[in-house]
Parts: sequence; structure tokens; C-alpha cells
Amino acid sequence: MFLSMNWISDFVDLSGLDKVELIQQFSLSTAEVENEIFFKGSDISGIVVAEIKSVENHPESKKLHLLKVDIGEDELTDVVCGAPNVRVGMKTAFAKLGAKIGEITIAPRKLAGFTSNGMCCSEAEVGISDDNSGIMEITDDVKNGTELKDIYEIDDIVFEVDNKSLTNRPDLWGHYGIAREFAALANRPLKALDVDDLSKHDNLPKIDMKIEDPLCQRYSSLQVENINRTVSPVNMRIRLYYCGMRAINFLADLTNYLMLEMGQPMHAFDSRKVENIRIKRFDEPFTFQTLDGVDRNIDQNTLMICNGDTPVAIAGIMGGLDSEIVDDTTTLTLESATFDASSIRKSSVRLGHRTDASMRYEKSLDPEMTVTAIARFVKLLRDSDGGIKVVSALTDEYAYKYDTVTLSFDKAYVDRYTGIEIDNETIVNTLTSLGFKVELESDNFTVIVPSWRATKDVTIKADIIEEITRIYGYDNFEINTTLSPLYPVRMDAVKSDEEKIKDMLVKRYNLHEVHSYVWAYFDEQKALGIPVEENIKLLNATNPNIETIRKSIIPTQLCQVKSNVGYAPEYGIFEVGRVVEGVDENNLCVERKKLAITLYDKTCDMKSLYFKLRDILATISDDLKHKTLSFKATEATHSYEHPINLNEIILDGEVIGTIGIVHPVVGKKIDKKANIVFAEIDVEKFAGIENASIQYSEPSKFPPMTYDLSLELKAGTFFSQLMKCWKGVGEDILKGTKIVDTYDTETIHSITVRFEFSSNERTLSSAEVQEIMDKIIENLKGIGVNLRG
Amino acid sequence: MDEKIRSLKHQIGEELQKIESLVELEAIRIAHLGKKGTITDLLKGMKDLSNEERKEFGKKVNELKGSVAKAIEKKTTELKQKEIELEIAAMPQFDITTPVDLERGSYHPITLVQRQCETIFKSMGFTVEDYSEVVTDYECFEAVNIPKDHPARDMQDTYYLENGQLLKSQTSAAQNAILRKYGKNLIENGVPIKAIFPGRCFRNEATDATHENTFFQMEGVMVDKNINISNLIYFMKTMLSEVFQRDIKVRLRPGFFPFVEPGFELDINCLICGGDGCPSCNHSGWLELCPCGMIHPEVLKEGGIDPEEYTGFAFGLGLTRLAMMKYGIKDIRDLNSGSLKVLSQFTDDEE
Repeated sequence: MFLSMNWISDFVDLSGLDKVELIQQFSLSTAEVENEIFFKGSDISGIVVAEIKSVENHPESKKLHLLKVDIGEDELTDVVCGAPNVRVGMKTAFAKLGAKIGEITIAPRKLAGFTSNGMCCSEAEVGISDDNSGIMEITDDVKNGTELKDIYEIDDIVFEVDNKSLTNRPDLWGHYGIAREFAALANRPLKALDVDDLSKHDNLPKIDMKIEDPLCQRYSSLQVENINRTVSPVNMRIRLYYCGMRAINFLADLTNYLMLEMGQPMHAFDSRKVENIRIKRFDEPFTFQTLDGVDRNIDQNTLMICNGDTPVAIAGIMGGLDSEIVDDTTTLTLESATFDASSIRKSSVRLGHRTDASMRYEKSLDPEMTVTAIARFVKLLRDSDGGIKVVSALTDEYAYKYDTVTLSFDKAYVDRYTGIEIDNETIVNTLTSLGFKVELESDNFTVIVPSWRATKDVTIKADIIEEITRIYGYDNFEINTTLSPLYPVRMDAVKSDEEKIKDMLVKRYNLHEVHSYVWAYFDEQKALGIPVEENIKLLNATNPNIETIRKSIIPTQLCQVKSNVGYAPEYGIFEVGRVVEGVDENNLCVERKKLAITLYDKTCDMKSLYFKLRDILATISDDLKHKTLSFKATEATHSYEHPINLNEIILDGEVIGTIGIVHPVVGKKIDKKANIVFAEIDVEKFAGIENASIQYSEPSKFPPMTYDLSLELKAGTFFSQLMKCWKGVGEDILKGTKIVDTYDTETIHSITVRFEFSSNERTLSSAEVQEIMDKIIENLKGIGVNLRG
Repeated sequence: MDEKIRSLKHQIGEELQKIESLVELEAIRIAHLGKKGTITDLLKGMKDLSNEERKEFGKKVNELKGSVAKAIEKKTTELKQKEIELEIAAMPQFDITTPVDLERGSYHPITLVQRQCETIFKSMGFTVEDYSEVVTDYECFEAVNIPKDHPARDMQDTYYLENGQLLKSQTSAAQNAILRKYGKNLIENGVPIKAIFPGRCFRNEATDATHENTFFQMEGVMVDKNINISNLIYFMKTMLSEVFQRDIKVRLRPGFFPFVEPGFELDINCLICGGDGCPSCNHSGWLELCPCGMIHPEVLKEGGIDPEEYTGFAFGLGLTRLAMMKYGIKDIRDLNSGSLKVLSQFTDDEE
């Protein structure tokens, strides 16, 4: 919203103050002012009133005229002018020699053989409208040669306030409310609005009008006739233009002017079209043509202004084409009303039509304002058009009245909130200047909130704190640290494990952390042959590609691997992210935090890659929990899983995730030449597992012994089966086993297992080791595993 | 016999002259000083001599033995030295100026920025809280004083799910739970609530280089007796000076957010021009950085905390925006792209 300092100065005397500084203060205390401040009129000078005394056609040009103009000097001035609307006796704006318009300085100039000693200007050239169709026509009775700036408010300082920062301030949607803020900031009095006394029309007939719907809070109306003026006064047009509105005609301009001044939207109907005003909603939807000529679909939730049963305007949004003021209108019916804010907002959203009026109504306007607005309208109307006649009594139905808000608090409350000392006198003065009625008894305040702040803005005493502190100025605050006692801070287990896992994966395994969206990527997954699995959906996704919430991060990650093919011959990515595993018995989402890892490799075989991933997971478990992971083969249930080598990851007896190879159909679509493996772990489950800590054991002082066994294994024999053969055998001295060699031919798979023996008490004898090994060999034979010959 | 000694001495001298390796030297030592060596041989011819002569001759042979051993020792040192010199000379000079091949992983830039912020808050005694992405209407709106018909709850801003839950549109959705989690300790033991909660937020909007439907925020709260606006300004200034690693000027302007009263928009002096005005701050010298304010009494009440007794402040930081500012990331969509060309650059950024 654009605001004019001239307009504001109608209501508060700011003379002698730095206006720009005041605007900046306003920005820090009230609402955000956009950075650029416009110094209107500063780029023009030397423009005077000139009267055209003679007009001759140019001998050779069809467009140009040779004029003699009176600029209040002894001699007439010769000017060449190309405007179509020149005529003798017309007064216009004239840039004298030496005048400045923007970058241009007016000098004598030859135009098609004739010298022009100045320039007749259009309104656009003077900068007071966008009309460039001809030179400005001055109808006011002013002396030739008068500086234009002396008669019109061309010089002004205009600034723009961010509408968003006014969301909660219905009182700031007009210059009068803004002026109140300036008055408070400058510590100067706010002038009362000059209004017409409407009570003198009380004996005239009332308008037939009735509110039939609670969504209308107040409806005030008045009929006026005998309006002769059609074009608005120049100063009114300048203010409208500076504030971003185009002048249309006197009546339309005046309703707009009033809205910009008081924040109260108004509408003027042709009285013939609104003989009995009814405000209501309709049961059936219909189309309605608004005054911009657009047909709009009205539903049963949209409040309408009607003439009997015929709709004539969408309440608070826009009037209808049929009831608009037209050329033969003799009597107009003024509307000044308030409606339920949220209803107007919703209607305007439904209609996809936000207007200057609806924008204000949706902020919860003060219903107290409607009658004052009419009184002000009549006053302005009469000032510019003395012959107007009020032909009805003020007709006013006040259906919904806000309660008066009274707040009580004490000085200690203010001190507690601010942390600084603001004295009682300052508090009283500040609140009074903003229109609050304040009573102070010892340190206790009782405050009555003015109606324009009481519709939703100021309702609790914390709101009063804001009023006091913002005018006091946050820049003037002394800043102090808190005086809270110290207590130890504990990290959340999930968060702590998550960060450690990230460090390991990045620093130790050179993986790359990625982020992705919480929904499944329908299109990208489809391209890889991974259908999106049924899961809870977004109700209002604008894009079907992102409709379904993902159950696993792996499909997302495979899409990301696909988009990174070509990045490097081998890489790994991981993410700690969220999934939703359906809904629980209370119909609430079961959200889990998962760690997903995918390794992509064109340089090594599948087995090595798979084991690399297994070892990564085992290391995480060993580092963070000092516990060994185990694995259990499981059946593939998702399209992207290879049915072989899919394993559950088990820690402390709990299944915490899966590890697997990408299904060849999917894998080939990603990259025919690469091996891809993945794992997903439930981070919350992992974090829930207790850390066993390091189990230190004293190294033996006696020499250890080792014993190697080379075993021939049949296909399908797992090491875990072999382990059972030495479990419990030679417990106290068999300290560990490891595979030291593998040997594969087409027919034989064999491994060499090294058994490590040691004792903390004695030197072991070959015989006792051999005895244990014999038992183990026997057990191995028992499950059909033979020693290699 | 003397002649024999002389000629042998001469011969050994010549042999030592010729050789160039320790192996050859050892052969010479064995050939002359060994048990079957030439010098030992000389002594064998002594039986034909008289006692007197034998004494004389033995003395000379021993002298010879001594001088040969010395010569060999000298030669050994010489050859060892030579060998080291050869080894040194044999070492090629490596071209250390060849390009470095750093194979390393990377963190997501949000993780880096988030960690930097978390470190600062932890150092000031804040806990770091984790919160879900799917929340209820109550958590996201009602509990933080956003009434039923507030525009923030309109369908076009928030992603709603089929079951009536929603993807949290702001980290404030965690506020109620955190007030409840720590409220008891505040009331019973006087332990102030100091918590930050970083998290992902979602807004239903079209994406482009500067708009994302998924982004990270970090919210913080502090609640205790007598927390005031003066404290809030102090805290924000201190915290932001740490975040940006320099002395930051802050200014507050009134801002309206339903969950705070009074609410503020906080500006910091522009990081690029320092406050003189430049294109990146729109020539104002200030950057609008984060909303903050005193926690609304209704929000405290809803969290089980009596606003007549306790006050608190809350603030929100846009982690995504911070990361983009810090690293000069131009397109916000890069962050969720998974593109390793972008992400692999963020190896680490400890501060």
C-alpha cells in the first residue's frame, strides 16, 4: 500500500520534522516500509499555468500547432505544440525556458522551422497521472504564470508499506490510521476527521434495508442526489495516482479516496436498482456479473447484497454491473458496511478475486467506522460539489457489536516483559496517543482498547506490551543476558547416533550424504520399473508425481543413483530421512526415521560390493553399540529387491533393517554395467539398543597357538553352520576363528579357517589343542564337511 | 722371507685398490686374513727358521696382519659410504606438484549448517530436539494459537494427508510437545526450558530456483521466570554473531505471528556491505533474517505452563536459507536433487 505524506499531514502537523526519518521510525515501530521512498515532484520545476491565446496550424505539419500563450509575463510566448486538444482560452501546464522535467532542461528549440520557447505539458509529463493523450487542462480559476506546485500538491513524499505487515492491523488500511501512528511517534496531536453532520437529515425517509444474514455485521446507507461534478479535483486525483489508483470519475474516485483515507470500503449504487436492500446468501449457486464485466460463480456460502431477491453486489468484494452508477443516474445509494472477515476471505479465495475492498474486509474492520465514513464522504462531496442534496435519513443496522475490551495490568507486569525500566508516564502517554483510554492508580493500569484495535488485534494484556515497546523503540532497549541457573544438557539418543553414523559414513567410507523428498517419485520410479507402493496420500498434491508418501527411502535412492550415473565409476550415497509405514489403529501415520545406503560400482564384483556394505553396517554396530550384527535370509517383497541375498539385519535379537542387491530388471534400467546394493536401517530402533561398551581383556603373557583347517564346502553351506561345530568346544582357550584363505574351482568351494588358542594362565600344549581340534573335525564331519585332501 | 711379506703387502694393497663392493672386500678379507688365508700361510714357512729369525719374522707377519686389517676396515667405511651415496643418487625426484586425488565423502550442506548452529546452542545449554514430519492439526496450528480460520491453515499452503494429519508447515509444530516434555522440570525443579528443534517443513507451493515445498528450519525456545524482551535481543545478537562468526548488529521490527506476542521481524546488518547498502540488501543495509518474539500466553498455557508465572521467547531460523547464503547456492532445488556434482563439494566445514 502506497502512502502520501501530504495526506497524512492532513491529520497531524509534522512540520519541522525530518519526514524520511519519521518513515524509518514508522518502519521500526509499526509496519515494514519498502526500501524505496519516492520524492514526488522533486524532478520537475518551472512549470506554470499558461493560457492559450491563439492557435495557428503549422504551414507544413498536420500535427503541429503554433501557439501564443500567456504565462503572466508582459509579452505572449511562442510555442510549437503537437497536442491534439489545444484551443484558444484553454489553460494548461507550461514548462518555461529553464524548467526541468526529469533530466530535460527546457530551452528554445526549433521545431519544423519555428522556435518554441517552452513546452505545454501533459499530466503524465508533470507526473500527476498516466494521461498522455493531450496537454493538461486546468479548469480551476488560477492566475496565468502561477507555479503549478503552488496550487497543486505535486510535491509529496510517498512510501510503500508491505501489505503483509499489516495483516493484523485493520486500522492501518487508510491514511487516517497511519497518521495516528505518526502522531504517536512524533508526539504530536492527531486531528479529528472533518465530517458532515448527518443528524440534520434524520427527518427524511429511511432506506428500505434489512440484514438477513449474520455474516453482515453492520450496514449503513444514505441516498444523495443532484451531483453535478464528473471530474475529481486535481489534488484528489494526484493523491489517488500517487497511491497507485487511477482516477475514473468523481463518484468512483471519491469512494476510492475514502477507502484510502479511512480504510473503509464504500460502494455507490444507482438508487433505482436498490429499492429494498437485503443482505443474504442464496441456497442455490448462480452466476453473477460484476462491474468489471466478468461472470462469476456464486455459491451458497457467498454473502450477497440484493435488491429484494435480485443480487446487486458480492458483499465486501465487488459491485454488480447492473446496479452501477451510469450516465443517467440521478440518485445514488451509498453503502458503508462491515462483514465477517473470514467469510469475505474465503469467498474471495473461492472466486479467485481479491479486491482492494476484500483485502481490507478480511482484516476485520472496525464496524464503528461505517457511519463516520458516510459523514466524511458527504463532507468531501459537498466540498467539491456544493449543490448535492441528501435525500434519505442515515439508515443503519448494527447487527454485530464487538465487546469493549478492557485490560488491567500493573507496572511489574510491564517490567517483567520488557526487562528494562519504562516509567508510568511514558506508558500512559504512549497508549493515550494510540487511542487507548488509560486509568492509572498507583502502579495499576486499566486500559480500554479503542474500537479500531479491538476487532481481533488487541485482546490480551501481552498485546499492550507490544504497543508500549514498539513506540518506545526496540533500538532504545538496553540488552541483558538471562539469569537462569545452569543445568547439564543431555543429547537425544537418536540424534546422537545419527550424527555419529553420518561421520563414519563420510569420513571412513567416503560416502555422500543426500537429501530427498518424503513422497515417492512416481514418474522416476516408473522409469526404473519400481511401481509406487500403496500408502497414505497427500490430499492436495498439485502434482500426481508426488502424491504418495514413501514407505522406504531405497526407491528414492535408486532414482538418485540413476540421475548420478556417469558421476564416477563407483560411489555410495546415504540419507537419514523419514518414511511412513502406513497408519496405526488410531489412524495416525507410523513415521520412522531411516538410514538408507546405496552403493554403486562398475569396478568390483557383486560379492565384494555386497560384503563392503555388510562390513560398513557391522562397523557402525560395533563402533556405536559394541555388538555384533547378525543376518537372516528373507524373502523379497518389493519390486526392487533381488530375491537372492536379501537379508534381515538383526541387532540384539531385533530386526533393524534389510540389506540386499538390486533386482536385475531395475538394475539394468539404472546401469547395465554396474553392481548396485542397498541397505536400510531403522535409526530409532538402532538408537534404542543399549551400548555394550568396550569389553577389555588382559592380553595373555603366554604364547598363543594357531591351527589351520582347510575345509571343502558343499553349495549352500553357511559359515554360521560351521560355527556351531566349535561352539562350546574348548571354550576357555579357543579365542577366535577367522578365514585366512578361500579356494574355489568350478566344483569345489573350500576355505581355510584359522583357530586361535591362548590361555592367560599357562603355556598350551599341542596335545590339548589337538584334542579340541579332533572334536571340531568330528563335529564338522557330522554335518558333512570334510577336510581338504 | 722379508721379500714375501713385502710382495704380499703390495699385492693386498693393489687388490684393495681395485674393488668396489663390500662383497669383494669380504672375499679379500677371507683370502688373506682367513684361517686358510695367505697371511696365515706365511706363518707355516716359519718352521725352517731359527728361533731368533722366527721371532723376528713372527713380529713382521703380525704387523702385516694389523696393517691389512686396518686397511680393510678403512675400505669398508669407504664402501659403505659410497653405497649410501649410490642409494641416495638412485632415488628419483617425485613430482609433488601433480594434481591431488582426494577421495572423500561429503555431508549434505544442510547437515553442515545445522551442526554449526547446534554446536552454538549446545554451548549455551540448549537441548537439541528431533521431531516428526507428519503432525496433527493440533500440533501444527491449534497448540500454537493459529485459529481455525487463519490463512495459514488454508489448503493451498499446507500439505494435508488422507487421514487428517499434515506435513508440518513450520517447526513450531514441535513447540507444544517440547513445552510439555520439559515443563514439569521447569515447574518442579526450576530448570529453564532451553531447546532447539531443527527439522524439515513443507509448504504446498510451486518450486523454482528460490521456492521449495520442502525446506529446513530451526526453531528455538527459552522459558523461565522473568525471560524478557531485553534477554531476547541479547540472545539473538549473541547467537547470530556466533553463527556468522562476526559481531552482528540486530534490529527488531514489529511482526505478526500468532504464536508470539509481541512478535518481531529481526534484521541483521547486511553481511556483504556491513550496513552501507548494496544490491544484495536492496541498498537498505539490513537483511530480514528471522522471526522471533515472546511466546504467546495461549501457547504457554496450551503447553501446561502458567503465563502469569513464566515467560519465554521463541525464534525461527531458516536453515535452508542460511546454507544458501553461506555457500552461495543459487538454486534451492539442488539441495534435494541428490546430484553428487553439487553435493560432493561439501566435504566438511568444521568451525
